[in-house]
Amino acid sequence: MAWVWLHRFGSPPYFYRVATLLTPWFGWAAALLCAAGLIGGLVLAPPDYQQGEGFRILYVHVPNAWLSLSTYVVMAVSAFVGLVWRINVAHAVAASCAAIGASFTAVALATGMLWGRPMWGTYWEWDPRLTSELLLLFLYLGYMGLRNAIDDTGRADRASAVLAIVGVVNVPIIHYSVIWWNSLHQAPSVMKFGKPTMATSMLVPLLLMWAGFTALFVALLLIRARGEVLRRERNARWTVDVVGATQEAA
Amino acid sequence: MLKFLEMGGYAAYVWPSYALTALVVGLNIYWARRSLREAREETRRRLSSARAKA
Repeated sequence: MAWVWLHRFGSPPYFYRVATLLTPWFGWAAALLCAAGLIGGLVLAPPDYQQGEGFRILYVHVPNAWLSLSTYVVMAVSAFVGLVWRINVAHAVAASCAAIGASFTAVALATGMLWGRPMWGTYWEWDPRLTSELLLLFLYLGYMGLRNAIDDTGRADRASAVLAIVGVVNVPIIHYSVIWWNSLHQAPSVMKFGKPTMATSMLVPLLLMWAGFTALFVALLLIRARGEVLRRERNARWTVDVVGATQEAA
Repeated sequence: MLKFLEMGGYAAYVWPSYALTALVVGLNIYWARRSLREAREETRRRLSSARAKA
């Protein structure tokens, strides 16, 4: 079953068509979920008993941080699939992830700094969580730099796939850094076993923002991956149908 | 309303976080669409030049 699915999505015209159909659904879901999450997070959720109104940075910091990690996992898994099974669509998906992931990692770091200043008394500390998240940003930038340095798309796909796969070891390090080492950063209160240690009125807006950002990521990925698929389909006839006929040159 | 904007004294940290997030979300939407548009234009150009040669 999984094989049939993988094989079908490995077909560029099929992927392009399905991605085109799905994008507006994910885009609108993202807009609605984030709107609800923002109202819940900024207006309805009560102030935190320790951090007062300052804790509301949570509602943008956590979704950004979540995307920084999950985007990397999607990139590494796609790169692996592309490398092992030589599926071009998978390489196109991996290549689409990098810029999205890098930007959300930068915002996760920046919003973390803006949160750290009033709560910890410092914008930056060479702490395990902060340092490993910064390394994640450099991994994304390294991946993009490597791709840019190689002109041939096929070679760029394979070389950057190796980097993406090796770099994935950093993901569990980031996630567990706050448990393994003494860290300024607080331990997870949602992504852990058992019940989340958070009041429902604070948790629901966070889950809405989390779902909204995930849907946004899928929409962005589908848009970018369509472009990357087209760039890899130099001589395919089906591209005529999707970019419109070129009558004027006939 | 003013009280809401003050964010209990944390306005200088809360609002820049939200503004930066909104900015990067907007840029991501713009960048993604531009990337697709460029790929489509490039494909269209390639197809028409291939047709001109044929």
